[in-house]
Amino acid sequence: MKSIMFHLMPYRDLPADFENKHESIWVTPPNSELCDPQRVAQYYKWNLDELELADSLGFDAVGVNEHHQNGYGFMASPNLMASALARRTPNNSAIMVLGNTLALYSPATRVAEEFAMLDVLSEGRLAAGFPVGTSMDVNFCYGVPPTQTRPRFREAEELIIKAWTQPGPFAFNGQYNQLRYVNPWPQPLQQPHPPVWLAGGGSVETWELAAKKDYTYSYLSFFGAKFGKKLMDGFWAKMDELGVDRNPFRAGFAQQICVSETDERAEQEYLEHCSYFFNKCLHIPPYFFEAPGYRTRRSTEFAIKTNQPGEIAAAAALEKNWKTLNEEGFIIGGSPSTVADRLIEAAKTLRVGNLHALLQIGSMPHELTKKNITLFAEEVIPRIRHIWDDEGWTHRWWPQGAAVRAVTDAPDRARV
Amino acid sequence: MTATTPTATSNVTERQLQVGQIPARVLVGGTGEPVLFLHGAGGLMWDPFLDALAGDYTVYAVEHPGAGEGDALAHLPGIWELVLFYDELLDALELDTVRVVGHSFGGMVAAELAANNPRRVSRLVLLAPIGLWRDDAPIPDIAAMPPESLPGLVLADPNSPLAEMMVPPADDPQALFEASTRMASILHFIWPIPDKGLDRRIHRISAPTLLVWGSKDKLVSPVYAEDFAARLRTAEISMIDGAGHLPHLEQPDAARKAVLGFLDDSATAARGR
Repeated sequence: MKSIMFHLMPYRDLPADFENKHESIWVTPPNSELCDPQRVAQYYKWNLDELELADSLGFDAVGVNEHHQNGYGFMASPNLMASALARRTPNNSAIMVLGNTLALYSPATRVAEEFAMLDVLSEGRLAAGFPVGTSMDVNFCYGVPPTQTRPRFREAEELIIKAWTQPGPFAFNGQYNQLRYVNPWPQPLQQPHPPVWLAGGGSVETWELAAKKDYTYSYLSFFGAKFGKKLMDGFWAKMDELGVDRNPFRAGFAQQICVSETDERAEQEYLEHCSYFFNKCLHIPPYFFEAPGYRTRRSTEFAIKTNQPGEIAAAAALEKNWKTLNEEGFIIGGSPSTVADRLIEAAKTLRVGNLHALLQIGSMPHELTKKNITLFAEEVIPRIRHIWDDEGWTHRWWPQGAAVRAVTDAPDRARV
Repeated sequence: MTATTPTATSNVTERQLQVGQIPARVLVGGTGEPVLFLHGAGGLMWDPFLDALAGDYTVYAVEHPGAGEGDALAHLPGIWELVLFYDELLDALELDTVRVVGHSFGGMVAAELAANNPRRVSRLVLLAPIGLWRDDAPIPDIAAMPPESLPGLVLADPNSPLAEMMVPPADDPQALFEASTRMASILHFIWPIPDKGLDRRIHRISAPTLLVWGSKDKLVSPVYAEDFAARLRTAEISMIDGAGHLPHLEQPDAARKAVLGFLDDSATAARGR
């Protein structure tokens, strides 16, 4: 399994009464009142140091993402962070940008250009994430009508792939992007283009796109494998239905992880920061999650059929103590062996070959984050790296220029 | 909210028409000259106000496209195509010239329709229309609030029986989704701010226009009545006391009197206009 050190870049010092005083961590948390640029300067340094540490310790990738007006992730431009990382990751980890919210960019060739720049700058280490984006980012922060979210995403995806693979200049006559001369300089280094990683929360349409275009799919939630099982079962059932193989490297999941010397010590060190995350960083009113029209009829009917609204409400209502967080799988915390065992169980349950490891959580300070990253790299990664080897699959979606740290012997002989 | 209400006394029929690639659903009731009614974000229903109109007119109450299943909105990227849809619908209904009554978003569409084809609209009634924007009186974002806070914003009396029909049952995800889809079909045309250029076109409206506003409208402030009136060639304002954003349902007698009085040409003549 590939381990990606994934950083949300949260505000680590929100006031104690934040969740009682303010409507939401996302869209409307008042910036001048709550967000001190001096502190952010410090955070950005820590965040990049933490990702660079992960590279030096042998993670497979460093991961960044895009959110807007969001106190738990104010990385409005992940490409800026990725470009800094491209220059300071000598161990040649993949640069996973998961991703650029395509519907926000008009023309979407901006994404084709910046991702191509990153791919060239990193010498072919870019994984190009194409998330549909949340309703908070797309509809509320960037003003895209909810009913345009998916049509804009699909058109942008088509335009970007064309811009990367078709010799320019050519004309593109879309509904949202109308261009006479599509001809970005440069095109990407990786051929035919950087691997595309989709990310989402369980839309049927996204799974179909992953199958049709042979993209990876990462299920991104903060509620762990137990909650994600129905979703990923749905994903694999869709792959089966569409005649796509069950290569686990097609799929990824995000997990918050806390590693310490012992299980007890993990609770002592990390609980406070996990509580901060679940109480403050997930303080988002339901109406921001899904503006009317954001989700399609088909995906909503799937969600209703699998009782997602009920389960989300139940998860939100749980008291977030250490025992619950761990039992429910929101957090995987404990000694290296506990963490490794539970990650293996989660990965096998979901059938995923890519782990987006969230190792800086909420208010977690820099020194503790470094400890978490270090223990994970030195004691957990060696135990989880080879869990899919016996099935012999090839990871066809890993950036071509990134260092390969998990060599699978003769995969093609075993499988094809 | 697509069923006829128990209070309906008229004989209401439902007509399904095909307008280009878009299916249209129209409730028709009453007798007399035609009145086109365009509903607001709550969706189409036959209510006591339409019953009252149907006493004197043939009312054609149209459901905005995209409220149900299907891909109507894919054919209607913006307000311009929506207005053309209504223009074509009038052709399909074989109505040449009509009186038009629109509420809230329906008021905005009614004004756009009358601006696009002024000769087609003989008299225009706008009930608390949206379509203009003032920074000093911003229209709240109805998508960014819990559903249970809507009645307090929309109704002068949030405890009135009207509140019930505004909030779908929280324990029925399918009903919630259908309500959300109806809302989405409106938001499609007005997101994120309900100003799509009516200000540049409103001067084209030639129909005498009645603006009906609830004096306690907290969604679309009554200050907008003056903004509309100032841009229209012939306009009068009827401010309804004790009403919020649904003046025709909250204060039915006063609203009915104002609207029916205005729609009646002969009464206007008698008033010496």
